[in-house]
Order: sequence, then structure tokens, then C-alpha cells
Amino acid sequence: MPTAAADTPSLDRFSLPDAGGHFGGYGGVFVPETLMTALQDLGAAYEVARHDPAFQTELRHHLKEFAGRPTELYFAERLTQHGGGAKIYLKREDLLHTGAHKINNALAQAILAKRMGKKRIIAETGAGQHGVATAAACAKFGLDCVVYMGAHDMERQSLNVFRMRLMGAEVRGVEAGQKTLKEAINEAMRDWVTNVRSTHYILGTAYGSHPYPMMVRDFHRVIGQEAKEQILAREGRLPDELIACVGGGSNAIGLFFEFLEEPSVRMIGVEAGGHGIKRGEHAARFAGGRLGVLQGCKTFLLQDAEGQIESTHSVSAGLDYAAVGPEHAFYRDRGRIQFAYATDDEVMAAFQLCSRLEGIIPALESTHAIVEGLKRAKALGPDKVIIINLSGRGDKDVQQVAKILGVKL
Amino acid sequence: MSRLAQTFARTRAQNRAAFVAYVCAGDPDFDTSLEACRALLASGVDILELGVPFSDPLADGLTNQLAAQRALENGMTAARVFELVRRLRETSETPIIFYTYYNLLFANGVDAYVRAAKAAGVDGILTLDLPPEESGDVTAACRTHGVDTVFIIAPTTPDARIPTIAAATTGFIYYVSREGVTGVREQVAGNIAEAVARIRTHTALPVAVGFGIGSRAQVAQVAALADGVVVGSALVNCVRDHLGDRAKIVAALAAKAADLAAGVTRS
Ligand SMILES: Cc1ncc(COP(=O)(O)O)c(C=O)c1O
Repeated sequence: MPTAAADTPSLDRFSLPDAGGHFGGYGGVFVPETLMTALQDLGAAYEVARHDPAFQTELRHHLKEFAGRPTELYFAERLTQHGGGAKIYLKREDLLHTGAHKINNALAQAILAKRMGKKRIIAETGAGQHGVATAAACAKFGLDCVVYMGAHDMERQSLNVFRMRLMGAEVRGVEAGQKTLKEAINEAMRDWVTNVRSTHYILGTAYGSHPYPMMVRDFHRVIGQEAKEQILAREGRLPDELIACVGGGSNAIGLFFEFLEEPSVRMIGVEAGGHGIKRGEHAARFAGGRLGVLQGCKTFLLQDAEGQIESTHSVSAGLDYAAVGPEHAFYRDRGRIQFAYATDDEVMAAFQLCSRLEGIIPALESTHAIVEGLKRAKALGPDKVIIINLSGRGDKDVQQVAKILGVKL
Repeated sequence: MSRLAQTFARTRAQNRAAFVAYVCAGDPDFDTSLEACRALLASGVDILELGVPFSDPLADGLTNQLAAQRALENGMTAARVFELVRRLRETSETPIIFYTYYNLLFANGVDAYVRAAKAAGVDGILTLDLPPEESGDVTAACRTHGVDTVFIIAPTTPDARIPTIAAATTGFIYYVSREGVTGVREQVAGNIAEAVARIRTHTALPVAVGFGIGSRAQVAQVAALADGVVVGSALVNCVRDHLGDRAKIVAALAAKAADLAAGVTRS
């Protein structure tokens, strides 16, 4: 097993990104000119807010009382037995209000939008979890909310579509391309270009143009901050490994960030292996991608020889995306974060296993991390400790899983 | 003097604006597109702006998205786009610029792409999702190979940014007259005169205005204020309206272009 983490000189994790949003050769700002000022204004507003105790106090208050933080770090005893090795802890982001880590960022950006005087919110969503979180935050703060969602995702996550509408959001289906997350982001950006003066775009992952990757990361850092305290209290030591699924990368960087300068802690991001690493059949950017620029950001992309973006596939809508957050690409180059992938079949099996053994139905996205966690627990042996980020709950997925299993509801 | 500079010198001398016509390269297919572009070049077009079809054109409205999709589905590739330019160059010296997205330049190396574009006969490149702050490799390659750069200024661009944008530009400034994506609108945006004047206090580069312009009257309105008038979606609609009938596409484009071109003279 590679241990590059221990050999690489440590880097001040707060030194990234630079003023232009670069994580080494990744990240940056690649948007139409119309959006440049909005991004710069957003960056400036965030810079003020992050140093403003009033903003931090308000955010902490809502994270506690509305979202339900802190979340538990749960010892998964029967998964541990099943794995037959390292102790497995689950960071229970699935217990948050609206069902996933996404609410951390949605609440924070909604508060920021209020401070900026923007009354209209737009968002993209894949699995629907970010859309639901944004719809909830907008309902709570009385903001108008439009969510863009690929038509294919609306079908496979129809419960979440209804939840968003119940909370007053307008859900606009996107019919272009493969009708998933990428097309929803294109459409959200078109809306933003058109309505930029009145509208804040709550991007749902650690992706896009500066300041989004940094800001979204910061809003999820609480995951790792809590986990560190909790594991020290429980085990009296740091974990050996952290494992999280990676769509754009927000739940993963949220868990990892606090540990980046702890050389003994290995970190593994898990991408969507879909039907296996064949063109168009997966979303494992580090397995089949190369450097490019998409939707505001320079990073690893699934693309053809000429730079056209390739279609992707994953059983989980939230990981079904052609590009990966720039900070992950940066730390992968340094060997600080390693990447693996889990296939649809492995995910379907682990989804049922976790439900049966723990009484916890995980989101299909998070289940990718469970697949890898079980493999690694076995390899590590019993005196080791791993934390898996359970980024969301699987309620939204049960209809789709039933369909795949051939069960009529 | 580059072809673009010559063109603006000529249109200025003639006291008129340059008519910049946009179509998507290879829409709906290579052969139709070649004939369509030739018809445009024979119908009063001063600068031909060729959209390079991209899978994710996030600055474009539905009209141009569908055009790019048609072109890609019918086999347009980078090589075919260059081939189209080469074929047009056999019979025309009119400036041709690419309207494109950065990943298409970046994928196989910016320098190699710009060199190939130049060799095919391309005069300028406008990269929609590339702000000047990130454009170092493109501006360097364009300088090396003698291709002009075109950058956008938007209504939301503050004065302080204009010198940065102008410094990266060698061909002309493209002022997008409204916040939003490409597409035909009922009315030309207000404040164009003011915006063009604002830009001219910072640079002597020609300023072309586009986004939302689709009729001869709108062209005339903008031609009174700017060095160039860009029409895109209204021309692409001529393709969309006659899909499956090459002769009609070509005739409709020629007629529309001739009509629009009559708007660029200043009374
Ligand atoms: C539960 C859950 N986990 C993970 C993700 C993937 O996003 P990210 O990589 O930003 O955490 C999603 C996205 O929809 C999600 O709903």
C-alpha cells in the first residue's frame, strides 16, 4: 500500500488557493466576462464574512438548531466485524436536516447571499440533495429559489424533486446532452449570466471558479473539525485512514482538510466506477481523465482527444459528473490524497449490506466510500481505525434501488 | 496590417460599421456549412465569426446550443473546422475569427492549436470562457503565430478592468450589449452609446457590439454607435428553419445577410 503521504513534505493547507483561485496548476477562473465582477464581489463578500464574528455566530447557530450539528461519529460494530479488520467509524452527515452534508454549504451561502442583498437564489443539483438543502435554506430565509436539474436525474431522484417543490423552490428540468449534473450546471450558469445583478448562485460542490472551491470547502470543514475531536475522545488517537466519496469533492475535502497536515492519516477519495473504466461508462476522473477546463475550473476531466466532454455514468446521480474539484487534483499530485473507485455492482451490494448490518440506509454516493472502506479495513488489520464519511442517507435512493433489484413497490 | 485591422480601416474610411456574421462551423453538416459560409461572404459580410462546436457551450442560448449539437452529431471535429476555413480561404480574403471555448484550445496544447488555426487561414480567436487573467498562453501563442485576439467587455465590467482586457486584445473588443447568453431579442439594449464611449476612453481598438441583435433596424441602431455589429442567432435560425433543405438554408442565409448588411451604413 502506498504511503506517499508520509514522505511528502507538509504544506500549509491554508496557503491554498492563491489570490486567483489556483491550487498549484489547478482551479482558477474560467468564465464569461459578464460573471467576472460577480465572482470578484462574491470573493470580497466572503472574505469579509469569514472574518466577521457575527457571520460565524449566525452560521453556527443555524448549523446547530436548523441543520442538527454536531453529527455523531458512530462506531459501526457489525460492519467492522464483517470487514474483519480495522475499526470502522461512520461520520453521520446523513443525520443532518435534509439528509446530507450539502446543508452545511447551502445554509452558509444563503446567509452570505442575504448579506450581499441578493434575494434570488439559483442552484444546480444532481442527486437532488444540494437542491433540497438549498430549497430548505431559501424557505427558511425567505429567498426565491430556482433549481436546475437534469431531466434524467429528475426521473431517478423524483422524491427529491417533490421535496424541493414542497419547500417552494421552482425546479427546472434540463433536457440538453445527457440530462444530468453537467447540463444542470451549464443551465444554472446561463441563468446567472442573465440575472447576475439580482441573483446569487449557490454552487453545491467544491468546484467551479474561485472563490467557490475554497468557500465550499471552508463551509464543510466543520465535518473534519468535529471528527477529529470525536475520534480523539473515543480512541485517544488520530485515525489511520479517512475515506469519502468524491463527486465534485465537497464532503471529502470537508472531512480531509483538518487532517491534511497530520502525516500519519491516510486519505482516500472514492470516485464512481460505474460499469467499469470504459469510455462513457464511469465517472472516475482520475482513472480515465486528463487535464482540461470545464465550467470555470482547470482540473481532471473526462474528455475525448479533442477536448469535447465525454458522457459519464454512475448509479449515483451525485457522483455522475465529468470533472473533479481542483484541490483534490492538487493533493493527488503530491500523493497526499489517494483515489480509488467503486463500481455500481459493488455499491449495490454494500448498500444492502450496510442497511442490513447497521440499520442505516446510506446514500448511493456515500456507499462508494463504504465499498472502499470495507476493502481497506480488511487489509489494515484490527488495531487500526478508519473513518468513513457517511455523506448522506439513502431515503432518496430506495425507489431506484428497488427498480434495479426488480422489486415492485 | 492584419486582415482585421485592414477591414476596420476600410469600414471606418467608408463611414460605416463592419458587419460581423456568426454561424456555427459545420451546422448542420460540413458541406451545407461550406456553401452557407460562401453565401454569407458574398452577401456583404465584413468579418465571418465561426462558432467552433463544443459539447458544453455555457455562454450560449438555445439556438447556438442546438447548432453546435447538430454540427457535432454530423461529425465536426477540430480537423474539419480547420478544413472548412481552408476551403473558404480558396475564394475569400475576408477575415475569419473563431468563437470558441478554452478547453478546445487547451486539450492538445494551445500553441499547436493556434498554429494550426493560422495555417488554415484564421485571423482571430475569441474564447468565451477565458478572462484575460488566465489568457497568458493564448495571447502568447497568438502573438507568436500572428493571430489576433478578441476579448469581451460586458455591461457588468467595471472601468478598472477595461485596461486589463484591452491590453490582452489585438483585434477588436467585443462588447456584449446585455447580461445573458446569445439569442435574438425584441429590443436592442439601452446604454450602448454610453458603454462604447466608456470603452473608448481606455482604448483605440475597434469596438464591435453583439448579443441580441437580429434585424436590419437593430443593426442600423448599433452601427451608428460602434465599429462593428455582430449578428449570430438570427442567422443560425435561418439554418434551423430549413433543416434538410440545403438550397433553402443557403438562400435564406444569403437573403438575411444582405438585408442585415444594408443596415451598417451611417446616414
Ligand atoms: C449524499 C451525497 N454525497 C456526496 C455527493 C457528492 O458531492 P461531493 O463530492 O461534493 O460531496 C452528493 C451529491 O449530490 C450527495 O448527495
